[in-house]
Amino acid sequence: MKVVRPAPRLVLGGLSVLLLVALLCALMTGATGFGPGALWTQPHSEAARASWLVISQIRAPRAVMALLTGAALAASGAVMQGMFRNPLADPGLTGVSSGAALGAALVIVLGNAGAGAGFVAHWAVPAGGITGALASTVVLYLFAARGGVSSPTLIILAGVALSAFAGALTGILVFRANDTALRDLTFWTMGSLSGAAWPQIGVLLPVLLPAAFIMGRIAGGLNVLLLGDEDAALTGCSVGRIRRLAMLCVALACGPIVSFVGVIGFVGVVVPHLVRLVSGPDHRILLPASALLGAALLLVADTLARVIAIPSDVPVGVVTAAIGAPVFVWQLARSQQTGRFS
Amino acid sequence: MILTMQHVAYGVGERLLLRDVSLNVARGEVVVIIGPNGAGKSTLLRLAAGLGPATEGKILLGGHDITALSEARKAGLRAMLAQNSPAQARFTVRELAYMGGLHAGRACSAVAMAGHVRAALEQVGLLAMADRDITSLSGGERQRAHYARVLVQLRSAAGGQGLLLLDEPVSAQDLARQGLVLNVARAHARQGGACLMVLHDLNWAACVADRIIVLRNGRIEGDGRPEQIVSAGLLRDVFGLVTERVPVHAVTGRPFVVPHDIVGHDFSEQNGE
Repeated sequence: MKVVRPAPRLVLGGLSVLLLVALLCALMTGATGFGPGALWTQPHSEAARASWLVISQIRAPRAVMALLTGAALAASGAVMQGMFRNPLADPGLTGVSSGAALGAALVIVLGNAGAGAGFVAHWAVPAGGITGALASTVVLYLFAARGGVSSPTLIILAGVALSAFAGALTGILVFRANDTALRDLTFWTMGSLSGAAWPQIGVLLPVLLPAAFIMGRIAGGLNVLLLGDEDAALTGCSVGRIRRLAMLCVALACGPIVSFVGVIGFVGVVVPHLVRLVSGPDHRILLPASALLGAALLLVADTLARVIAIPSDVPVGVVTAAIGAPVFVWQLARSQQTGRFS
Repeated sequence: MILTMQHVAYGVGERLLLRDVSLNVARGEVVVIIGPNGAGKSTLLRLAAGLGPATEGKILLGGHDITALSEARKAGLRAMLAQNSPAQARFTVRELAYMGGLHAGRACSAVAMAGHVRAALEQVGLLAMADRDITSLSGGERQRAHYARVLVQLRSAAGGQGLLLLDEPVSAQDLARQGLVLNVARAHARQGGACLMVLHDLNWAACVADRIIVLRNGRIEGDGRPEQIVSAGLLRDVFGLVTERVPVHAVTGRPFVVPHDIVGHDFSEQNGE
């Protein structure tokens, strides 16, 4: 079959426009609606000042958090799929997110630092998340690499076990927790962006930027890795180094995200799949395109989560699971048939 | 010498797959390794590519100890077409060919790289299929697509005259494409590179090789020009085939074989102890 792919510039440009539209919609939609004018007119009246406050202090940080979360999870999913040569790998499904949640929970409960309680909470909890995510990735990798081959189902099953184990330990922590910590812990089970605030964004950026930089460095290597370890080595790749860097950037991207917003599933597996259908398996396009589409989709999902049950705020993890799970099953059925990437 | 192996042995656990293998490949030369299944041909090729360390002995690639070279450095000195390369991801033939230059062609300009890719695809007869998805190709087409990738790797490297390692490169090809694949390999050697390949077809081996190396039970049992190596004795001793005489081709002057009987040969003895 002759393959026609749109130019990378077109794909990335189109997705950027989509993201911008999603961002504007997210800022204007909610319990109180605003016209686009509210975003840039100078606030003079009392009412206008109130709207400005809602937008700048509540919706904007939440929208930026949604954007970063979607981008980080989708790009991490794409990296994991390349690294494991497995189109079904995803931070949520493989237990990396649960590991991050456990790491963050350990810091919260044992360190007795409620989220929002200053510098330590802001930096130590995400650091716990990164450590937890890294530990799960390494365990998963050692497990997958043991037989030299990694069947898609095997990795998912290992992920289920890993998730259950990390979940159990987190469960034990819940009983050891005080009330403040308990509130922080419970929202992880669903994943919610409702607690997003600017200081968290300030913590995320210096961690996510190096992760994005590493992803850019290994994108070409991940392509060759799809040919098999041996062909990758023959082409000049240091296979072990690429895998280690891949684990590192996945942990850097997912760890702090999970420690701030909890476990949000299916973004990492569904988004790269959709991108591959259009622009093919080349990671140099797949990674940035997945980040853009993941950001846009999570913004839309969170906007939906905010408005479907006004005045309640549905956790965004519920929305992504409701949309993502059916798509994932469809994808699973397809990969059973063809056994290959999209 | 582009490749030198000195008293190389390679074992997995207790079992020795190669023992005391010494050989040289000079620039401009096409060397073909023949031998029965399980003789260690692919193992030898993998060691020459630097895919794993030898248990004993020394391997020099382009004059350097191969164990001291980084993966990226080796990529510019040699390229290898493996027996089987999977097609899991839906890359196009052209995208696959470009991958050859990932490390070897770091210093290559975009225009030069596009030229290498185009030339390689044309040589292996896949230019018209450049935009096809590799998972939709036949086995033979896919093998040639990987061949194009390997050629791009050598040509985009600085110097562009590395060692081409081919493991049964004609296994999936029709007769015309077998000739095409081997011709490209010979052209690479004649232009200052070199080629070391494993072939099963003795007639192609005799036709394309400057030198044939016979491998059996992990040992080199012969190393010489085709007319010295391809003989009735070789066929009987190594492959267990009977032929009364090995004639010489009227045009090429190379030997060719048409076996007409099989000796009651004990193959269990060949494949290890």
